[in-house]
Amino acid sequence: MKKIVSSFLVTMFLGAVAFAAEPVKPTTAASPVQATATTAPAAAATQAAATQAPAAAKSAAAPAKIKTNKAITLTMFGLIIAITLGVVVWAARKTKTAADFYTAGGGISGMQNGWAITGDVVSAASFLGMSGLISLYGIDGFLYSTGPILGFVTILLLMAEPLRNAGKYTMGDILCFRASEKPVRAAAAISTVAVSTFYLLAQMVGAGKLMQLLLDIPYKASVIGVGTLLIIYVVFGGMKATTWVQIIKAVLLLSAAILISLLVALKAGLNPLRLFSDVVTNQNIQDHVRMNVLKDPLPVAGFDYGKRFLQPGLFLKNPLDQISLGLAWVLGAAGLPHIMMRFFTVPNAKEARKSIKISVFLMGTFFILTTLLGFGAAIHISPQKIAAMDKGGNMATLLLAQYLGGGEGTIGGDMFLAFVCAVAFATILAVVSGLVLAASAAIAHDIYVNIIRGGKAEQKEQVMVARITSLVVGAAAIIMGLAAEKENIVALVALAFAVAASGNFPVIILSLFWKRFNTAGIVSGIVVGTVTAIGLVLVSPNMTYPKKIAADAKKIVDTMEKKQAGGAVLSEKDQASLQKARGDYEKNKNGTSLMGLDKPLFPLKNPGIISVPLGFLAAVLGCLAFRDRRAEEMFDEIYVRQNTGIGIAKAVDH
Amino acid sequence: MAENQHDWAAIAKNPKFVELHRRKTSFLYGLWAFSAGSYFLLLLGAGYTPSVFSIEVLGNINIGYLFALAQFVITFFIAIYYGRVADRDFDRLTKELVDQLQ
Repeated sequence: MKKIVSSFLVTMFLGAVAFAAEPVKPTTAASPVQATATTAPAAAATQAAATQAPAAAKSAAAPAKIKTNKAITLTMFGLIIAITLGVVVWAARKTKTAADFYTAGGGISGMQNGWAITGDVVSAASFLGMSGLISLYGIDGFLYSTGPILGFVTILLLMAEPLRNAGKYTMGDILCFRASEKPVRAAAAISTVAVSTFYLLAQMVGAGKLMQLLLDIPYKASVIGVGTLLIIYVVFGGMKATTWVQIIKAVLLLSAAILISLLVALKAGLNPLRLFSDVVTNQNIQDHVRMNVLKDPLPVAGFDYGKRFLQPGLFLKNPLDQISLGLAWVLGAAGLPHIMMRFFTVPNAKEARKSIKISVFLMGTFFILTTLLGFGAAIHISPQKIAAMDKGGNMATLLLAQYLGGGEGTIGGDMFLAFVCAVAFATILAVVSGLVLAASAAIAHDIYVNIIRGGKAEQKEQVMVARITSLVVGAAAIIMGLAAEKENIVALVALAFAVAASGNFPVIILSLFWKRFNTAGIVSGIVVGTVTAIGLVLVSPNMTYPKKIAADAKKIVDTMEKKQAGGAVLSEKDQASLQKARGDYEKNKNGTSLMGLDKPLFPLKNPGIISVPLGFLAAVLGCLAFRDRRAEEMFDEIYVRQNTGIGIAKAVDH
Repeated sequence: MAENQHDWAAIAKNPKFVELHRRKTSFLYGLWAFSAGSYFLLLLGAGYTPSVFSIEVLGNINIGYLFALAQFVITFFIAIYYGRVADRDFDRLTKELVDQLQ
């Protein structure tokens, strides 16, 4: 078995190397292609009109890029890979039973698990994205970051301890405790795989793009590289290796955040009031808010654009959408299978409680520090420069680190930037490993061992199946990641949280706390919650609507043509955008979205406000329609067990 | 199967368990409702009363920022408070119950 896996991995590695070697030409060729595409009209215009602004054309043509020192950065990446592979070798020797593989034998302490949860939850999107949002949209980015932590209050108070006491490896184990095993496990496995796939896909695509942006590694090679590493971690090291990769990542993440924040705070004289007044009085921030966010061509008299940066509403524009997203945050974290799985790794409920307590402090500290990262980047780098590198602001923390280390091209700047890149890399690895493990557990443990084999599988067979499944899931993640390069990944994370909150959360909470809850309720709750959440996202504004793009392009064409008709000579920039708008209009005027729609049917980006109540309703109605006496009689057992842990200790010891 | 030795219905009616359940339920749901309520108040405030959130309290630090920061403080407080109560009361009651059953 191990031989098959290792030979597969060797092929994958070779594949990655081949990929990395081969597309060097296409990518170096690709960026000039892009550049020529944008320069072509500009160049034509330059020849036709005047030769006065070649410099401007040039700077517009070459997209702004962060300059990393490849030798230093790759060394740091190598170091992280070496350390984590060392962990895998150590963990692989200790992974013998299914319990070892899925839950590290329940032998992780509360403290370790607290760090691991932090490593599991804070993704590259939170590490780079939240500070980026703050640097571009001010306080709205900070409001956004309060959501994830609130989800952990739900986990701490309602979920962690009962789940630890009632569960074994997967969500299916908890749900089928007093319900018919096969339909419930099947439904739980499908929703687990769905949630993990959405989340995983977002992470894989994000990883590919990040590596491309940071190190010029081709997208395909990054996805294959990250995928290969995660397969090695999960297949050989199981939960033990995954846990330690997550702990290492969390330590790196917090050290990076604390270090950068400290330097930002020192620049503001360790005075929080000064940090805020620096933001308000910063000319770049004022210009950015006025021109790029509010789009006032001329300043409105008496309006303080600096203060506006600290007021809500620049990014989060639809309050109803925010409440809908808030619902997904508060309930969804508790329904994410890869988070749930972490509670099964500790020996008892007390340790589960301790681990959430620790992770709440670690994550809270991190998210509070994102204010310093984001404001620091806005003050010292300027929102304009950050947005020029990446529209979503993902480069903010990286640019800030480079600046604080001494600036571009200095040893200090290079080192600090490389360190933060490496932290982002470790972050990606830690999150994807946890996701693959959760999806594999659902397939191997719920579907294969319990449904196909009826629970009668030897330990050896279970571990082998778990390993093969993780290999397949990891390979599938790579293939999907490669296929999804051009997809809109923003919707995927929203989707994962929405499905977790509407499909998983209602049935788990009702299973744990409602006496009459039964099989029919579980299946209908999961199915309706999941289908509604996915369905609403498919017809929401998250999707791409070609007719909307065409309409926007038409507007530009019309204004430009009106200008021309009025006798004005268009500047080069206007000529170029007119050309582009015409092309966009032609390309998109007859297109429809993935669902064949001209415009969104559902007005919100986040479906939670509709799909969560529907998930609950379907669960309750389904349950009331089919009464199950056995499930009611067994409620006492699950209720006593989840509250006291009686009957669990023995299951963990073996 | 070890768990079959327990008479779950009897444990569920045990006064110690009933007390544990009663204390836990009101405490946990109360704290949860408080935290979720404050969070949705933050979202509602940011969405519908931005002018209130824009009032400056300390230098340029406004109510909106402090309210968002308060979410973290509330979360920390809940984590500490719940940890204490659970370590002190719930764990003690559980242990007494388990000891009684053995």
